[in-house]
Amino acid sequence: MKKLLKRYRVFLIVLVAMIILTIVNQQLGIKALLITGNSVKEMLLVIPPIFLLLGLLDVWVPRETMIKYMGEGSGLKGVLLAIFIGSAAAGPLYGAFPVAAVFMKKGVKFMNILIFIGAWSTTKIPMFLFEMAALGNKFAISRLLIDIPGIIILAFILSKMVSKKEVEAIYENAKSIE
Amino acid sequence: MDSYIFYGLAIVLLILSFVKDKKKTKMALKKAWKAFENILPEFLVVILLVGFLLAILNPETISKIIGAESGWFGVILAGIIGSVTLIPGFVAFPTAAILLENGAGYMQIAAFVSTLMMVGIITIPVEIKYFGKKISILRNVLAFFFSFLVAAIIGMVVM
Repeated sequence: MKKLLKRYRVFLIVLVAMIILTIVNQQLGIKALLITGNSVKEMLLVIPPIFLLLGLLDVWVPRETMIKYMGEGSGLKGVLLAIFIGSAAAGPLYGAFPVAAVFMKKGVKFMNILIFIGAWSTTKIPMFLFEMAALGNKFAISRLLIDIPGIIILAFILSKMVSKKEVEAIYENAKSIE
Repeated sequence: MDSYIFYGLAIVLLILSFVKDKKKTKMALKKAWKAFENILPEFLVVILLVGFLLAILNPETISKIIGAESGWFGVILAGIIGSVTLIPGFVAFPTAAILLENGAGYMQIAAFVSTLMMVGIITIPVEIKYFGKKISILRNVLAFFFSFLVAAIIGMVVM
């Protein structure tokens, strides 16, 4: 119980703050709570299947297979797969992090994980269709064409900015999360 | 819409897995739940903060700040607003379209959309949990500056 309370401490503090806000400024508070309700709905739509798929991936796909396709030495194949999986995903960016953790456990190369995060954040296929409809083809296509090399370059820079030791520590941490 | 595809995919694979090996499926479910429960406190905080931020920032307020004449100052502001907000994808683009109608410029909207998707200040606690402080902060900072490059190019291409 005490442990649970500690883990949800920040959440409880923010919740109390929201309730106080609602008492002080009813209109703003209610609006915030309504939007929160919407986000919960979105989370329920997107998050459960992601975690289910993750659990299945973890149990069924052997580490060797993942290493072969996306690990060290997977080359262009790994990069393309990372972009494809990230782009085919659904849901907000925070859904990508648990997936990244399983990738780490399965021995996926760090740069490919960063590319995957980049693709998930900004080149999602369903979102691209939305973007074309809302902001026009020129806007959406230009952005996509800048983003694909951008994601790879950013991932490359990021992976060069951390030492091997730091990456190992991140991978170790991913093991302990699960 | 695509979330239903994911539900369908997850359910089909789950059934397949169950038929093949009950014990492994149970393990998969256990792992899925544990991974979810692990991150739940952070998720909940993020969701509350998003509600609060979006209640303050509405399209009219935003488009006033990032009008087409606001130049690079507006681009930077748009980038900051995009960084601190977290809007579900299917709301983000219609919102961006409304902002354009309300007088926001293309360059500013490009910075807003790009940082909205790539930079997540509110979700940084979640990111840090998985990637550590250094990578998380660096990733967000790089993505923030990259978004200005996107804005500059969009500004040149889309007129």
